[in-house]
Amino acid sequence: MLILKQQFFEQIQAHGARDYPNECCGALLGHDAGADRTVLGLVPLVNQRDDSPRNRFEITSDDVRLAEKEAAANGRELIGWYHSHPDSPARPSEFDREHAWPWYSYIIFRVENGEPQEMRSWRLDDNRASYAEEGIEYITGTPA
Amino acid sequence: MPVKVMIPTPLRQFAAKQESVNLEAGTVGEALSALTLQFGDLKKHLYSDDGRLRSFVNVYVNDEDIRYLQKEKTAVQPGDTISIVPSIAGGAE
Repeated sequence: MLILKQQFFEQIQAHGARDYPNECCGALLGHDAGADRTVLGLVPLVNQRDDSPRNRFEITSDDVRLAEKEAAANGRELIGWYHSHPDSPARPSEFDREHAWPWYSYIIFRVENGEPQEMRSWRLDDNRASYAEEGIEYITGTPA
Repeated sequence: MPVKVMIPTPLRQFAAKQESVNLEAGTVGEALSALTLQFGDLKKHLYSDDGRLRSFVNVYVNDEDIRYLQKEKTAVQPGDTISIVPSIAGGAE
């Protein structure tokens, strides 16, 4: 289960709406407790695929290191990533799967005609052949 | 003094949960081979089926990207640190 505070849900959605029709992307910072993870912060990033931003995103290793530093500075872990699928389903594509890392939570959300729609979270299976969907629990207030 | 290979968070589960592994190696390629020999489950996440490092796997020797050095033939010295750093990519169909 991915525990996501309402304010982060809204910030992620707003990022997707702002960058539409291009894909947006960013880092999820928080705490990993195995089956459950809690998002405690976001690092919105710039999609580096300016050659094909409508259906591709990339976060460079420099930005990954930046997100790691941000996490460490705040006593958090880098637990995953979010990105939008403009006018496409909120599930991993084959391209997503080919490029995914295990362990991370991947939030994918649909943005239809500029309006954020469903949001889902996924983790790549260790065999790289498929993903397991993890539920998102939305909360208000401060997580325990 | 061996070479230290830093393991990124998403791969530590396949390296006995270690943040780093010390190995004897003369090049980056030798170090990664030794790493995947010791921890076989790492291989499919580092290399594609054609035996090449996956494009989203970035390797640094003491903070220098091996793409700008001699790639996997980059020489390493005892005490060097090899870092495996993800880049993150994907996108809709």
